[in-house]
Amino acid sequence: MNLDSAIDILLLAFMAVIAIAIVRIRDLFGIAMLFSIFSLLSAGVFTVMDAADVAFTEAAVGAGISTILMLATLTRTARKEKPNQSKNPALPMLVVFITGAVLVFGTSDLPRFGDPNAPIHQHVAPRYIEESRSEIGIPNMVTSVLASYRGYDTLGETTVIFTAGIAVMALLGLRRSRRREDDEEETD
Amino acid sequence: MLHHTVLRVIAKLLVPVILLFAFYVQFHGDFSPGGGFQAGVIFATGIILYALVFGLDDTMRAVPPGVLKILSPTGVLIYAGVGMETMLLGGNYLDYDFLAHEPTHGQHLGIFLVELGVGVTVASTMLLLYYAFAGREQGQ
Amino acid sequence: MRFLQLYNYEIAIFLAMVGLYIVVSRGNLVKKIAGLSMFQTSVFILYISMGVVQGGTVPILIEGTQRYSNPLPHVLILTAIVVGVATTAVALSLVIRINESYGTVEEDEIHQQDESF
Repeated sequence: MNLDSAIDILLLAFMAVIAIAIVRIRDLFGIAMLFSIFSLLSAGVFTVMDAADVAFTEAAVGAGISTILMLATLTRTARKEKPNQSKNPALPMLVVFITGAVLVFGTSDLPRFGDPNAPIHQHVAPRYIEESRSEIGIPNMVTSVLASYRGYDTLGETTVIFTAGIAVMALLGLRRSRRREDDEEETD
Repeated sequence: MLHHTVLRVIAKLLVPVILLFAFYVQFHGDFSPGGGFQAGVIFATGIILYALVFGLDDTMRAVPPGVLKILSPTGVLIYAGVGMETMLLGGNYLDYDFLAHEPTHGQHLGIFLVELGVGVTVASTMLLLYYAFAGREQGQ
Repeated sequence: MRFLQLYNYEIAIFLAMVGLYIVVSRGNLVKKIAGLSMFQTSVFILYISMGVVQGGTVPILIEGTQRYSNPLPHVLILTAIVVGVATTAVALSLVIRINESYGTVEEDEIHQQDESF
């Protein structure tokens, strides 16, 4: 077991511990902070698994924007979760256990972790890797796949971000920085 | 006021560096990990840091929401516009080979413009999200 | 031994199940959104684990190596991360509006107020 696998196993074990802590803790600000740490650890896992672009995005988006928005929500809503008085945890546990068992059974046929002959590496990916230098000519293959080979998906994604911006502005609206507050600014 | 002084000084030193780093990530996305999304988010984070330290009103004067409302769809328009341009030049939608005299140059130009559009939209939308969340008064 | 070869997938499934448990069993809306986001992150880990190539490197063309990690899952997960934060932002803004309408973010109190009409 080399250093890469050791770091990988350690980081994932930390993430499992933090996940259980998020279930148990009732203070919502603590949950926001733990969630930020969770995203940062997952960015570390992505780096160890050779996914540099993904780690970059997850660190910036998960540990940055997502935490800020959750903290902004918490200052305008509750600060503590109400304790569970009469809920029986048996039924959710059963559902989760059955789903987890089915998923583990389903993934037991997957090829060994890191196998270069896995089917995922056989069809389109070799073409991207081999032809990217001659067809597009930029070193970063993730950018060339994202912007050129799969450019249509990225157009859809940009539209989704823009739509989310419109949705949040329709729900929350912006604050007028002038002193007089118009009545038609607030929608119900 | 003493503990705010450190925050203010450090924020004033850091915010230009963060914005410059966002531009670096945007334009260097061809050679190292990076690209439009990461650059847009880092740019928004720099401005959000300024807003956290100096207050939302000052930030709304520096980067007005009206400008952001115009910039946010402009990025999507740039992206879709590149596609229309390639169609007008004779190729398929978003076929960058037709943008220049040589296919690889066309690809470089197409990827540059497309990532620029993505970066503009992501930065302005993330900042608008923050303005919407942080500008919400308590019990409004 | 087979279990150790698939360790990444097992942990990803465990994290997904913890997220699912939070969504199903807890009543606080903000906590549910955190659980949903945790589920998303664990699915990303599952996908990126499938794209790892032993002995490969970051998918950036450099001289001297021919073995790269598969760039296709990276691209798909990049899109998924940003779409995930967009939906989380809309969900949190809905929670703020619900809190202003009902005065609470606990699910059973909201149901009580709805039924008492």
